[in-house]
Amino acid sequence: MFSGFKWQASSLAIASLVLLPLIALLIISSQANMQLWQHLSSTVLPEYVRNSILLMLGVSAITLTLGVGSAWLVTQYRFPGIRFFDWALLLPLAMPAYISAYSYTGLLDVAGPIQTWLRDVFGWSVGDYWFPPIRSLSGAMLVMGCVLYPYVYLLARSAFLSQSQHFRDVAALMGYTRRQAFLRITLPIARPAVIAGLSLALMETLADYGTVAYFGVNTFTTGIFRTWFGMDSVSNAAQLALVLLGFVVVLLVIERRSRQQAQYYDKRKSSAPSPKQLYGVKRVIAVCLVSIPIALGFIVPVSQLLIWAIQSHAQLWQSEFWQLVFNTVSLATVTAVLAVALGLLVTYAVRTTQAPVTRFAKQVVSLGYAVPGTIIAVATLVPLARLDNLIDAWFRTQFNLSTGLILSGTLAALIIAYLVRFMAVALGSLDAGLQAIAPTMDQAAKSMGSTPWQVLQRVHIPMLKGSLLTALLLVFVDVMKELPATLIMRPFNFNTLAVRAYEYASDERLADASLASLAIICAGLIPVILLTKAIQRHTH
Amino acid sequence: MKKLVLIALAGLLVSCSSPTPEVNLYSARKEALIKPLLDAFTQETGIKVNIISASADALLERIKSEGINSPADVLLTTDAGRLHRAKQASLFAPIDSAILHNNIPANYRDGDNTWFGLSLRARPIMVTAKAPESTLTSYEDLVAPELAGQICIRSSGNIYNQSLVASMLAHASASDVEAWAKGLVANMAREPQGGDRDQIRAAAAGQCSVVVANTYYLANMLADSATDDDRTAGEAISVIWPNQQDRGTHVNVSGAGLIKSAPNSDNGIKLIEYLSSDKAQHLYANVNFEYPVKPGVDIHPILAKWGKFKADALPLEKLGENNAEAVKLMDRAGWK
Repeated sequence: MFSGFKWQASSLAIASLVLLPLIALLIISSQANMQLWQHLSSTVLPEYVRNSILLMLGVSAITLTLGVGSAWLVTQYRFPGIRFFDWALLLPLAMPAYISAYSYTGLLDVAGPIQTWLRDVFGWSVGDYWFPPIRSLSGAMLVMGCVLYPYVYLLARSAFLSQSQHFRDVAALMGYTRRQAFLRITLPIARPAVIAGLSLALMETLADYGTVAYFGVNTFTTGIFRTWFGMDSVSNAAQLALVLLGFVVVLLVIERRSRQQAQYYDKRKSSAPSPKQLYGVKRVIAVCLVSIPIALGFIVPVSQLLIWAIQSHAQLWQSEFWQLVFNTVSLATVTAVLAVALGLLVTYAVRTTQAPVTRFAKQVVSLGYAVPGTIIAVATLVPLARLDNLIDAWFRTQFNLSTGLILSGTLAALIIAYLVRFMAVALGSLDAGLQAIAPTMDQAAKSMGSTPWQVLQRVHIPMLKGSLLTALLLVFVDVMKELPATLIMRPFNFNTLAVRAYEYASDERLADASLASLAIICAGLIPVILLTKAIQRHTH
Repeated sequence: MKKLVLIALAGLLVSCSSPTPEVNLYSARKEALIKPLLDAFTQETGIKVNIISASADALLERIKSEGINSPADVLLTTDAGRLHRAKQASLFAPIDSAILHNNIPANYRDGDNTWFGLSLRARPIMVTAKAPESTLTSYEDLVAPELAGQICIRSSGNIYNQSLVASMLAHASASDVEAWAKGLVANMAREPQGGDRDQIRAAAAGQCSVVVANTYYLANMLADSATDDDRTAGEAISVIWPNQQDRGTHVNVSGAGLIKSAPNSDNGIKLIEYLSSDKAQHLYANVNFEYPVKPGVDIHPILAKWGKFKADALPLEKLGENNAEAVKLMDRAGWK
């Protein structure tokens, strides 16, 4: 049904969705002021770069440790509560990083309950004792690492599960211990998935604004905003955003290299790996270990929010509440479905045609995720509004009629912006899933006369169900949490839960924001639970 | 084909033209803060207010890119710098309104009548009882050596600090202000972080004794709706009105302007006029703990307790003009 040309054309069409805003960014940045560059590079730029790199390193260390570690424990061992931990480890996905930052600050800051308690009990005053400052680079690493590890966990876990027992049987024959087998066989095979998860976490880290701004950690992203808002230079901000894209390209290249070196497929029918039952102290240790990420990424910040919600005497827009939930959930659903469908098309075009054009398209689509939402919003808004105004001008001359703005200020425009930003998330998961399916499967199906379309429908989609659901889930929660693009691009009188939470939080009314934040988390939990159940059903 | 398109368009137009009068507001003020005023406006005039709230800069970009087809009637922002920026981008149409002229003092509105200040926020110095006995009477005194390690202030990325420095640039030479900023950085108790309330909380906890913050944050912490912890922290703080002997305390306004391409410009003007009325000004003062721009409107009892103060009479467009220079200066001074 699809010829090679059609594959290439459609993947290019999807890429142009991302490419257009990037080109807009390029055009905007061409008017940059060189003097301002000089000022930036001689004063603050080195610090932005240093902080961004350190932040990425810290977040990598935490997400890899928590993500891979917990994925290994839940797939390789059996201990009490395993079914619960299996999905509970994903809970932090529903927690926006900036909200976690508010919670941790409320808890650990100088004026927070813990330090106040310490001072009361020991009669200290501020300055007498050392306490790790939460609002610091390491604080940002901790907060972001603890909410972003699920990206690694999710992909690592499904990679571990999809590896057949054969590999480990071989390992046993070679006399490897379980740990050796993990380090020498399981981990290297799961590496593409782990790195895909890590690159998602890192792109999110690079694009984060809320957490670092709140902590006073100056990164590349805060620099972009400062240049734009403080110095009124959209063009210089756009240039900085392009440099940020450079970072991402480097990340993506590293990711690709690491994958090229490692291509493993299990050609035989895979049998699920058999986990080992733990007893005694080991069992307690395992439970403790898997509890740590859930506690740090979810339970602690949610508890603080609950305390605030109870303390605050604020009224929660009762009448509006369900409307907000409906808006949020429906936007997230539509975007998730579209992102997965388009992402599948792109990954599949690469697999089918192996043409450079499709590979280029895939790389382009991966770029959007690391660009801060505000920049994406402006870069999407500008070309869409220009298109609208062109159409309007044409109608005015042809029919003496004004069409006004057709796309700008509509939900369609907002969804396009979401797709630009979040298609990479879907792509990461789908790609990792597709990598695990040996190309010989495709060849076999083709030799039996199937078209690529049929191969996709009959072979890949059933085999990819786990990755598809994962991709849906990731985009869904990302859209739920998305703030800057939603703020700028939404239509009149249209709000989401994140917008509500932010409005209070940015006015430093954290107690009032806590209710909306909890609502985001609750609304995010339902799909997290439903989808993880579905993923579990599929993979177990 | 042309006919079909025309029919479709006509249908679209009919369905779009609503019988109820309305006004489209792009607001950089939080919806929760502005909603009571807008509801009162709708109740009084029957004009429906459609609202999008986001950051001022983002809204500016949106209006710019939407061009002549922008649905925006009124842009409401939180500081004079942004109003000035919108004026520079020629987004505003001047309003010739006797009501606005009567209600709003000249230094709180634009000389060309393109934007109008609607509420006033002051950024004084706040201290705890532990503040060193000194003659802390001006922003300039913040660099005094006895205040070493005593000052909590938020980051230079924040517009309130940028406006403060921009106002100082209007009164003193750039090199003097830069030297002052360096002195301030040297006296900081910690690296700038968090918001204004966080500075007040840190001072109450004893990390510092001198804070620069907007009054409505402190007022909010003292209000009935605040948490107990915040009220205790707020009660530990007293307000010093700086520069009463010379130029006055730094103030800024939130304000609004009419968009040039406004499809409902009459309603837009009505809305801005309404926001300057006694009733709306009273609401501003009581919902947001800001000061009314209109003279003679009473203020909230919490604000009244801090007493009257002399405000810097600087024409506020200066804050906009000096903003970029202020940010660069803060960069050079190492104010994070």
